[in-house]
Amino acid sequence: MKKIVVIGAGIAGLEVSKQLLQANLPVTLIEQSSKIGGNIKNYAYLFPDFYNAEDLLNSYQYIITDPNLQLLLNAHVSKIDFSKKIYNVITKDGITIPADAIVIATGYNTFDARLKEEFGYGIYDNVITSVELEQMFKKQEIITPSGKVPERIGFIHCVGSRDAKVSNTYCSRLCCITAIKQAIETKKLLPLVEIFCFYIDLRMYGLLFEDLYLSAQRDYNIQFVRGRLSEASEMIDKKIQIKAEDTLIGRPLQMSADMIVLMVGMEASDFSKQFKYHNDLNVNEHGFFDPINPHNLRNLTAKEGVFLAGTSIGPMSVGETIDHARGTALSVLSYIKSN
Amino acid sequence: MKTYFQYPFLIGTIFLFAALIYIYIKWYVKLSKYDKVRFKKFWTTNKVWKAIKDSINDGLLHLSIFKKNPVLGYMHMSLAFGWFLLIVIGHLEVVVAKGGLNFPFYYAIFFRYFETVHATTIAKIFAAVMDFLLLFILSGVVLAITKRFYKKLFGMKRTTKLKTFDKMALYSLWSIFPLRLLAESCSAAVYNNGSFLTNTTGAWLGNMINVSAIYEPSWWLYSFALCFFFIALPFSRYMHIPTEIYYIFLRNAGIKTKKTWESYAQIQLYSCSRCGICLDACQLFDAGISDVQSVYFLQFIRNKVDAEKPLFGCLICGRCQVECPVHLNLNDLRTALRIKASKPLTFSYAYTKKPEQQTADTIYFAGCMTHLTPNIKKSMTKIFDYVGENVWFMDDDKSICCGRPLMLAGQYDSASQLISKNTELIIASGAKNIILSCPYCYKVFKEDYLLPDINIKFHANYIKELIKQNKLPEGKLNLTAIYHDPCELGRGSNIYQEPREVIEHYAHRIPLQKNKDKDRALCCGAGLGGVNLPAEAKNTVAYNTMSYFAKFNPDVLITACPLCKKTFVRDRRIETMDISELVVKAIEQPNDSKSKETKEISYAII
Repeated sequence: MKKIVVIGAGIAGLEVSKQLLQANLPVTLIEQSSKIGGNIKNYAYLFPDFYNAEDLLNSYQYIITDPNLQLLLNAHVSKIDFSKKIYNVITKDGITIPADAIVIATGYNTFDARLKEEFGYGIYDNVITSVELEQMFKKQEIITPSGKVPERIGFIHCVGSRDAKVSNTYCSRLCCITAIKQAIETKKLLPLVEIFCFYIDLRMYGLLFEDLYLSAQRDYNIQFVRGRLSEASEMIDKKIQIKAEDTLIGRPLQMSADMIVLMVGMEASDFSKQFKYHNDLNVNEHGFFDPINPHNLRNLTAKEGVFLAGTSIGPMSVGETIDHARGTALSVLSYIKSN
Repeated sequence: MKTYFQYPFLIGTIFLFAALIYIYIKWYVKLSKYDKVRFKKFWTTNKVWKAIKDSINDGLLHLSIFKKNPVLGYMHMSLAFGWFLLIVIGHLEVVVAKGGLNFPFYYAIFFRYFETVHATTIAKIFAAVMDFLLLFILSGVVLAITKRFYKKLFGMKRTTKLKTFDKMALYSLWSIFPLRLLAESCSAAVYNNGSFLTNTTGAWLGNMINVSAIYEPSWWLYSFALCFFFIALPFSRYMHIPTEIYYIFLRNAGIKTKKTWESYAQIQLYSCSRCGICLDACQLFDAGISDVQSVYFLQFIRNKVDAEKPLFGCLICGRCQVECPVHLNLNDLRTALRIKASKPLTFSYAYTKKPEQQTADTIYFAGCMTHLTPNIKKSMTKIFDYVGENVWFMDDDKSICCGRPLMLAGQYDSASQLISKNTELIIASGAKNIILSCPYCYKVFKEDYLLPDINIKFHANYIKELIKQNKLPEGKLNLTAIYHDPCELGRGSNIYQEPREVIEHYAHRIPLQKNKDKDRALCCGAGLGGVNLPAEAKNTVAYNTMSYFAKFNPDVLITACPLCKKTFVRDRRIETMDISELVVKAIEQPNDSKSKETKEISYAII
């Protein structure tokens, strides 16, 4: 029986496993944390329709009991041995798992906002990230870290994206629409709060995204300021003072807010970065895995029998990730069949 | 006996002296009024002796190159000092032989042609000395030719590229001494008027060929080689030989490089010998950039090639300046050229709002870069609170830039606007001290602000004073640390000691290797001078510098510049902090956890 190892139990890894199990193939699913779900656990609701993220994750729970699935939690892959025909995936604890095919579904890391020190994350209390705000939505309660119901919130776009100063020149794609989704959710919880979004430009690439952006302005009175933040500082009352330039008017702008939310971008996972100087698997300059080509071979690596799924190849939304993972499962199936 | 072969030499010499006199007078006339006064006064002072000493050490003996690389030093010394002695002793020889000064000046150059027999013992000794000097120079020529092909032998990875006049000068220089050897050997073969070298080679030649056939032509060739070299010299890099001496005298007269490109800068430009020693100091080669380095860039300017990209594509870290054997002010030259090349900005800084005027004894000016690393700002505020210093945080809310970034970008007028705004505020406050936490601010405040009776202090120096006055807590933290010298602070403002003392007070400092420490410290890659340097190049420099530090495996990397900190933090391999953050760490550390014992420092093996 051919054996398939899937690395990463986020939605991409779960979807690939689900499809392969349906085809009666044995799958070993390796996850570094103690729970399945990966980054989707950080989110309460998904754009653009406010779908409950937990419901989506729960739809995968049933596969855990599948007898063909071997799930390894708290397992870190330290090495993949490509030297033999049957590859060996080796974990830090020394477990060796033979594999006829390997699916890399290691996802992404959110950008460490402390690297943009000028925005004050980790220095000033009332600077939080979009991930932390999402936790507040889960509790259905928005309170600033200094314990106040905010009257004015600033959303700062492109933190760690499109920023050569932190070496990330690419667009993370999803933060714009996430900011709009979060701004609306915040407004729903706190109708009186004032919200300002600071953006470079708004990239509403999805079919329904532009509608949500219009609705944010029309129905929720959310303000959009075109201009990147230059710096944030803390005032005596713990409010955050924002310095930016309004590039539509062409003037510097100063404003205070009770809290600012940094829309942290997506970075390559530590797993993919470690392959940067490794010849077996190609990693591009941004640290993401490089598929053979970005058009019709988006699931394949140059290494035979090694496949890619989800955000291990770059920023993707939940729906795109699941689609991509299904494509990967299909590629794995035809590979197993032909060998 | 009427001879004609000396004419090429005479033509070359007359051309060279006429050209040099013309150029030197032109440069002198264009010096500023004050510099002319300085230069005139200089001749009445003791500094003249220093200038003569420097000329001998650097112009003839090339001691600066010797220190860097003995083989390369020997090469330069044998050519410069050897030739110099050959001329001086050659003339002396003629004076002794003729018993007076009654001979044409070219006589000494071609003496063996005219002197057909050694009449006296003294003449024989002279001949031996002259042979020895020729051998000395020839050894240098052999090294020079070898260097062109095997630069590694000289501890250099790179050497400079040449253009037509340089080639003409180089090849004629290479041939002068072998041709002199040939000509003198021929004379020796015919008249036996040489010494251990020329007599031997002469006898050897005589055995092989009919010497009398090549006797006259070899002297002609020697004369032509000298002619070519002298004519090419003012247009080639060998212009540095006479110009360097001129520069040494002007430098010793206390003349400084200005913000505007003027005569003194021009003289420095022509003093560059294109030895290429600065090349190996440049970290940008590792990032694939090979046109901005000082020697190339000065070459572009001299050859009037469009040099906009190389001009603005340098970090102005100053590593090359430290290595320069001619002691050129490479950073100032580049800044002056940037100012010359920049168009004025199309907007003014009139909109900048001044902060509210306050009066205070001590001012803290954080500067833009500190505002972008707010933890440094916070740490400074904590230190002020801890020691009870009453400061006016001048740019806490509304801030005006110090002007240094604009200066480095060549925007002198805009920088001056900001400088005057800040100056007004500082003077009106009645402050006696101003504390700065950014080396960029510090340098411009020190050099371009007119703040009489105000103490300009860098924060590390201020902290050092506080420690001395026992105002800060005692006790080391259990940390091993590397100190990174910021370019603007170390090479830029010559502050090396105080930050080290502060760090050693609070942590266990791991010393770096001498060739990567203090004035030879590596650059973080983020220098504000790198106006149009691509981000990837900056990242490569940062990565390589961090890789060097990582070998020592320290707990923390400490720097004293917000820009260095910001760059290194991004790398994530070593925890990076500013020196003020270390002090705050020590202030906030509970008493019992401070270790009095010294921690074993592990040295990396590199």
